[in-house]
Amino acid sequence: MGKTRLPEIIAHHEKDLLNEWMQRQNEFLRRDRISEPQSRANSHDFLRALSEALSRNAGMDLARNEWTNMRELLADISRQRAIQGFTPSETATFVFSFKKPLFARIGIEYADDKQGLADEIWTATELLDKLGLYTAEVFLKTREEVVLRQQQEMLELSTPVVELWHGVLALPLIGTLDSARTQIVMQNLLEAIVARGSDLAIIDITGVPTVDTLVAQHLLKTVAAARLMGAECIISGIRPQIAQTIIHLGVDLSGVLTKATLADAFQLALKRKNLTVSRS
Amino acid sequence: MVVKTVELPLAQQEDVVVVRQSTRSLAVEIGLTIVDQTKIVTAASELARNTVVHGGGGKVRLEILKEASKQGLRLTFEDSGPGIPDIDRAMQDGYTSAGGLGLGVGGSKRLCTDFSIESQVGVGTRVTIARWKG
Amino acid sequence: MERIPILKMGSFLLVTIQVDMHDQLALTLQDDLTSRIVRDRASGVLIDISALDIVDSFIGRMLGNIAGMSRVLDAETVVVGMQPSVAITLVELGLTLPGIRTALNVDRGMELLSASKGEAGGDGRQDG
Repeated sequence: MGKTRLPEIIAHHEKDLLNEWMQRQNEFLRRDRISEPQSRANSHDFLRALSEALSRNAGMDLARNEWTNMRELLADISRQRAIQGFTPSETATFVFSFKKPLFARIGIEYADDKQGLADEIWTATELLDKLGLYTAEVFLKTREEVVLRQQQEMLELSTPVVELWHGVLALPLIGTLDSARTQIVMQNLLEAIVARGSDLAIIDITGVPTVDTLVAQHLLKTVAAARLMGAECIISGIRPQIAQTIIHLGVDLSGVLTKATLADAFQLALKRKNLTVSRS
Repeated sequence: MVVKTVELPLAQQEDVVVVRQSTRSLAVEIGLTIVDQTKIVTAASELARNTVVHGGGGKVRLEILKEASKQGLRLTFEDSGPGIPDIDRAMQDGYTSAGGLGLGVGGSKRLCTDFSIESQVGVGTRVTIARWKG
Repeated sequence: MERIPILKMGSFLLVTIQVDMHDQLALTLQDDLTSRIVRDRASGVLIDISALDIVDSFIGRMLGNIAGMSRVLDAETVVVGMQPSVAITLVELGLTLPGIRTALNVDRGMELLSASKGEAGGDGRQDG
């Protein structure tokens, strides 16, 4: 960044800059999602952070220390707006809409200096572009984090391990299983087996519409791993279509205990533990 | 791009333990899941032992790799031992190989994302394994 | 020389592996166990591997050797406490630990040993 008078220009015209900027923001931004006082506060903080960084000769490299406050401010604003339902463009526009008012003021200050005017406008636009893009990046990252967290929660909700009886666990699987989900679910089951000291686990796939080779292999690996640990697994709820698919795929279920329904599996489990259900 | 390197000697059995522990700690550092950690540490243990017992001793280089947004852990085992005459067979041998060389190398391949082996009889052997996060 | 301690629990022997073993230590354990089985007339051996965060082919072979030797000396072996990630890795490695019986923990292991002591054929919950 060459010699710039942006800090003084901003300081000198602050009030007008803020008002005009707010006007432009109101044209672009959605009033239903964000309140005016909040926009105004964001804008005010932005101007402050901008002046501060520029007066410290921060330069164009946003990674530098002098820009830390600005980065944190933009990150906060961006996250807030992501949660409030703004699009990445709308959020970046918060920064970009500052250009017009700023350029107008630069025009005034450099009225007699054509070269200086051109240089200053270039500096201003380069800087605001970077700041605007940074805002968009943080926005996208925040959205990714939200989605990841939601996926995690859904995963946990949809695959609970249930203790049917002392030493008998059941894992009712619901919905389509993909390779990644199956692996996680299976690990949870094995860990539950250790945690609850249960040597019998029923994996019920009644609620699973289709099973492909990878999923079938994971199921088999889980049964093998449980056996290595000293526990036995029963797979129940194999629907006719799945049974056919499994044969077609050439998956070998010969070493695995299977039952048509969860109820049958539970009966088998009780038998193995030498327990009976009797009327009182 | 290599962001961290650790070189360890593999001269005696105690070194195998050190390699296991180092591999574990680097695996934790790049955030591998417990299962993936266990896999690469187990593979490292197999290959480290091979280097000591069958390779006449050698060394291993552990590297943390970074590529775009991915992180990985790579181990390169080197020895100037007798070399492996028939690599394909060595990779296939199950537990039948009493020295454990077969299971170690073939099994290790299954545990890793990347695997490569070069060996020349009378010159030595180099095995490279890697596991990437995600 | 370090050794892994072997405890006597009734007619069983209990070994808890808590250190990252190097090969010599594993071999010493095999020897020690064989002597103790004979000396204490043990009818069962419990090996607790709950602290082991990996089991490679060498340790797998060690466990297999111990099971084999004990059987020859008329004692049963049960390996207990295998961690889930270790089990998953062994399955991927293709190591099935044939001839080795397993249980979730020491209590279950003892139940298993007691049960098989009473029956000639045992419960048959073998792996492999």
